[in-house]
Amino acid sequence: MDVVVGQLFAGLSQGSILILIALGLALTFGQMGVINMAHGEFIMAGAYTAYVMQGILGDAGISLLIAIPMGFLIGGVMGVILEAVLIRHMYGRPLDTLLVTWGVSLILQQLARDIFGAPNVDVGSPSWLQGSVEVGGVALASARLFILALAIACVAALSAIIRFTSLGRRVRAVVQNRELAETVGISTRRTDRLTFFIGSGLAGVAGVALTLLGSTGPTLGTNYIVDAFLVVVVGGIGQIRGALIAAFVLGLLQSVFQYSTTASMAKVLLLIAIVIFLQVRPQGIFSVRTRSLA
Amino acid sequence: MIGYLKGPGRVWVGLALGAVVLFVLAPSVLSDFRLMLLGKYLCFAMVAVGIGLAWGRGGMLVLGQGVFFGLGAYLMAMHLKLSDAGPGKAPDFMLLYGSGVVPFWWEPFRSPVVTLVAILLLPAAIATVLGLAIFRRRVKGAYFAILSQALAAAFAILLIGQQTTTGGTNGLNGFRGFLGYNLFDPVNKQLIFSIAAAVLLAMLLLTWHLYRSRYGELLVAVRDQEERVRFLGYNPANIKLVAYAIAAAMAGVAGALFVPIAGIISPADVGVVPSIAFIIGVAIGGRNTLLGPVLGTILVAYAQTTLSEQFPGFWTYFQGALLILVIAFLPGGLASLWTVVKRGRRPGPPSAAPMAAAAADPALASEQKVSI
Repeated sequence: MDVVVGQLFAGLSQGSILILIALGLALTFGQMGVINMAHGEFIMAGAYTAYVMQGILGDAGISLLIAIPMGFLIGGVMGVILEAVLIRHMYGRPLDTLLVTWGVSLILQQLARDIFGAPNVDVGSPSWLQGSVEVGGVALASARLFILALAIACVAALSAIIRFTSLGRRVRAVVQNRELAETVGISTRRTDRLTFFIGSGLAGVAGVALTLLGSTGPTLGTNYIVDAFLVVVVGGIGQIRGALIAAFVLGLLQSVFQYSTTASMAKVLLLIAIVIFLQVRPQGIFSVRTRSLA
Repeated sequence: MIGYLKGPGRVWVGLALGAVVLFVLAPSVLSDFRLMLLGKYLCFAMVAVGIGLAWGRGGMLVLGQGVFFGLGAYLMAMHLKLSDAGPGKAPDFMLLYGSGVVPFWWEPFRSPVVTLVAILLLPAAIATVLGLAIFRRRVKGAYFAILSQALAAAFAILLIGQQTTTGGTNGLNGFRGFLGYNLFDPVNKQLIFSIAAAVLLAMLLLTWHLYRSRYGELLVAVRDQEERVRFLGYNPANIKLVAYAIAAAMAGVAGALFVPIAGIISPADVGVVPSIAFIIGVAIGGRNTLLGPVLGTILVAYAQTTLSEQFPGFWTYFQGALLILVIAFLPGGLASLWTVVKRGRRPGPPSAAPMAAAAADPALASEQKVSI
């Protein structure tokens, strides 16, 4: 029983990290069909934001709470700059966008190396997140519970925006049919930019959260970006619930594989599972219905 | 864009020129060290030829060629390690880190014949199985790119995790001989360089024939309008599969030749980052052309060696900026520079792009409906 609860929690925790890093990506990929390889570097920027905030404020508790909105802001601003300077000019060339944003990610990584140095830095976690909570005889790390709560909050906030606000309505319209949305007077350019702001901002929040689990380095983003993309592929584009289910299923699967084999085998088995899944549902778990042939 | 390659005569002249440079000029001008460096670039160029076929002509953004490069390389490295150790004995690193017992899946590679056959067939076979699974279900565009990249990530992680059987992060190195030839002897170094040069030229010849064949036309047609090709009665999945498998085989052979030339293979040469580095050279040279990928890759590899020695940080900025500028403003690569200057205007993006867009973006798919 302890093992089951332990594995379940490990899976949920893994899933909550996956959804945090993939949520913004699912939004921007669904909205514009572009793959932003620099998303990982926005995560890194968020993590360094937490590091800088702690350097300025000193106290780990207050700096964490301030770093979360700051990380969102910094990630978001970086995303908007990227969208305005490069991505906007490359609509209709998604594969080329992937490569261009990879170039951006190379530059951002080197920038981090030059500013903060190549060695990893550590962000201290606040005292109220250092212990663990006992549930059913199993100790659950408080930091992981905090990340789980943060992930749920982010998903809830984004879902509410998509569902109830006028921005959300515009986003849904553009995802379903870009030309038609433009025809009825929606400014797709402004919608795209706002979407990119929110999506990249979520990457920043994910970065702040990751500092609770380990040290921060210039290559932090590259370690997570592939996993984030897999979540989006399995979840299907244009829907948050797809990404949500995919993240938690993949998280649980990974912790089960990891328990029965090794960490490296678990990654390989997970990939095989995804390829097999795509045999059944090539479009991912959910996809927006279109009449396209593709 | 490929105007200067249209005449068959020009290709023969180009190949003859390449042969003179590689077989006569390079060995007599360059020092042994520089020659081996150029040999490494030639191996990267072989991967680039395959990427040119799969991506430039076939529209499949292969972000995981490091896997096939690594497969070929590790197969060759395993054979070299075993033959260095002698019959029935275990390679040095296994004695150092593990029990000293050679795993059963290493044993077949004591034989040079089995090794060479495996190098030729295994990468292509894996690409075929994977390609069948992916292309048959019409997974394409960005999805394919991401899956191939995930494959590279998983492969590198797998290699690192198996310290006792693959050398882990250190990889395999310290090879002494191949088929009885001493790898430290300068004469043998020149020999292996000549083999690499000959293989590269042979690959170029093969690719050129493919581009001119009926199959080459079909491949471009699938890239530009997959649905129309399907409606004409072809199966686009099979057409893509062939290009993907050939590209994988080329990468595998390149890896196998890389090992005796470089003297080392490690997970750092096969993961996500080196896989994309292969793409960079192809993009800069010109993905659509025959020679563009080769020259672009050699140029980038040379620039990396010279610049990163002196200014390591600057090189990364330069590489990133170059990739951004070329892809965004010169999608045809440096090969199209001449055309652009002549016409005095920017060429449109390669025709692969709009269709890939339709695949990835349902919003754009309406255009596709209209055009069909």
